[in-house]
Amino acid sequence: MTTATAAGAATAARPATLAQALTRALRDAMAADPAVHVLGEDVGALGGVFRVTDGLAAEFGEDRCTDTPLAEAGILGTAVGMAMYGLRPVVEMQFDAFAYPAFEQLVSHVARMRNRTRGAMPLPLTIRIPYGGGIGGVEHHSDSSEAYYMATPGLHVVTPATVADAYGLLRAAIASDDPVVFLEPKRLYWSKDAWDPEEPTPVEPVGRAVVRRPGRSATLVTYGPSLPVCLEAAEAARAEGWDLEVVDLRSLVPFDDETVCASVRRTGRAVVVHESGSFGGPGGEIAARVTERCFHHLEAPVLRVAGLDIPYPPPMLERHHLPGVDRVLDAVGRLQWEAES
Amino acid sequence: MTVLEQRGTYRPAPPPAWQPRTDPAPLLPDAEPYRVLGTGAADRADPGLLRTLHARLVTGRRYNAQATALTRQGRLAVYPSSTGQEACEVAAALVLADRDWLFPSYRDTLAVITRGVDPVQALTLLRGDWHTGYDPYEHRVAPLSTPLATQLPHAVGLAHAARLRGDDVVALAMVGDGGTSEGDFHEALNFAAVQRAPVVFLVQNNGFAISVPLAKQTAAPSLAHKAVGYGMPGRLVDGNDAVAVHEVLSDAVRHARAGGGPVLVEAVTYRLEAHTNADDATRYRGDAEVETWRGHDPVDLLERELTRRGLLDEDARRAVREESEALAADLRARLHEDPVLDPMDLFAHVYAEPTPHLREQRELLRAELAAEAEANADAEAQAAPEGATR
Ligand SMILES: Cc1ncc(C[n+]2csc(CCOP(=O)(O)OP(=O)(O)O)c2C)c(N)n1
Ligand SMILES: [Mg+2]
Repeated sequence: MTTATAAGAATAARPATLAQALTRALRDAMAADPAVHVLGEDVGALGGVFRVTDGLAAEFGEDRCTDTPLAEAGILGTAVGMAMYGLRPVVEMQFDAFAYPAFEQLVSHVARMRNRTRGAMPLPLTIRIPYGGGIGGVEHHSDSSEAYYMATPGLHVVTPATVADAYGLLRAAIASDDPVVFLEPKRLYWSKDAWDPEEPTPVEPVGRAVVRRPGRSATLVTYGPSLPVCLEAAEAARAEGWDLEVVDLRSLVPFDDETVCASVRRTGRAVVVHESGSFGGPGGEIAARVTERCFHHLEAPVLRVAGLDIPYPPPMLERHHLPGVDRVLDAVGRLQWEAES
Repeated sequence: MTVLEQRGTYRPAPPPAWQPRTDPAPLLPDAEPYRVLGTGAADRADPGLLRTLHARLVTGRRYNAQATALTRQGRLAVYPSSTGQEACEVAAALVLADRDWLFPSYRDTLAVITRGVDPVQALTLLRGDWHTGYDPYEHRVAPLSTPLATQLPHAVGLAHAARLRGDDVVALAMVGDGGTSEGDFHEALNFAAVQRAPVVFLVQNNGFAISVPLAKQTAAPSLAHKAVGYGMPGRLVDGNDAVAVHEVLSDAVRHARAGGGPVLVEAVTYRLEAHTNADDATRYRGDAEVETWRGHDPVDLLERELTRRGLLDEDARRAVREESEALAADLRARLHEDPVLDPMDLFAHVYAEPTPHLREQRELLRAELAAEAEANADAEAQAAPEGATR
């Protein structure tokens, strides 16, 4: 169960999926700390509908990886009680839209127990939620619900976009003494990177964004499922003569103003890209923060490329909803370049 | 074998081998609420227990009256009184061992103080200087819960966690009749039964959810009957009979502690006061109904029994009276002092470490407070009489 390699052993980076890295993170966390318990719907014998808990019940037993009744408020509510008693529950919500029954527990208890009790009763629990579209899901299987969670003080909200971050951020979330809403981009579950499970990523504290691609012309601020879109757009933009920087937020709460603003000050232009709707979505907050802090560095208003403000569309129409490379490039094109010449 | 494997394995049986998974008969509540006081069984009640219950009920009644009075003096923002429900409140706390946990609702501060929490700390929520005024770990009392029934799954999770750890801890969770209609009530009871979690659910059926009577809340034969659907025993008890409530809850705690799983107890009682001091009960119920219930008052029922058995002489009465007056006087004195508030506390416990965003907001508030203090100082200096010397 040890994660350390023998000294001198060659690293064994192999292609691994984001889902596999999540599984490994759960397994390592459970092995490292007997207080870590996984609970949710179908997380046992089945290994979860996305197989992220695959093998955990077999390895750690039903008491550590537990199939619960179908009751999201009950799952999160009992996890609160377990955390009160000193356990470190990791809850799996089966899909974004099926986390809503647990909303009251999340907002009224999970997010504020530390505050209500003046720090006496912190709740170290992780709520894993597969989110976002692009997988051809029928209705209620593709929501981007991050804005609800971001708007709830007391929660951390993080979302990985790479295999290495899936591991590192989930370990960090489980190790955190605060509740963490851990949003897993569904359509990246099967994305692959070379990754060495024996040399997993160091576990960083939650709350730091990272520059995924350096550039000088403009900054694309994004996270989760939209990261690959932005990286692809940045490649395509080279043909237009734009050298785009891509910032992966990784954490929506806490928000890393420092990294985002440092990038925007360098480039002078910014576009926020996410699947969540634009009205009342994360992009509005991000654009406001950037404008408040970097106004004199900006050559153009901060633009948003987001999902449409509609109920998530049926699968055969979802490509019109999701922000794609073209929409990102169109937005970059609207960043008032003419003023420069 | 793990704790959860003890549940047994359930697999759909091929037809026609269907059979009920549990025999419902032993789970059914009695046809009538269980009573001890005024029945032959009262003779067997332990004199020590009777005296303790009496002292706690009388003190509890005084506590309720004092807290309500403090709302009129503006010293509490609001108070949901448990006058008339003291037997349930007191028994709920007394049946628990030190290591057990109590999960109260907003109406249950009497249970909370009976468990040993300082009354001023128990009333913090209702005074309004913070949310939870006590450290839940000190007396193993969860924060008072306001969103109805949401505390019930917490009790289940805690009891389950304790069992996983091999600790024989029981959680007793309190909820009102109205709260039984909430989804969390259902989910909590179902979870508890499936996991055989050592939880006692105490429903105080006090007749009303604010203004709405029980008939509009449920069509169940009784709230205790709801237990059967989950596969746990339901018990119906006269909630104004302190001895009966104590006995039924003690049995339930013993049952849960022994690994028998959860129990649902419905205590039939009555809220003699309005929902809170801010409520006008005359809009939805008549005096005659209240008077009928006054004839079945939990304190009177107990006093009658103590008197009958010669367990309550003038000295005992005086001692209890003095204890209640001391509690009331202490409450008055301490709640008449203004609480010390530090606005910076607002940022202290949102996260383990304030986020950069919150640190910015904290500095804004700090600057506002400094400006306010300066303005106040200036105003005071100007208001000083002409030529006044220092
Ligand atoms: C989820 C939720 N909905 C509504 C309320 C507002 N509310 C507070 S007390 C109450 C009545 C509750 O009645 P009951 O459960 O019988 O408890 P009692 O007040 O009689 O002790 C209501 C509707 C609330 N606190 N929580
Ligand atoms: Mg009621």
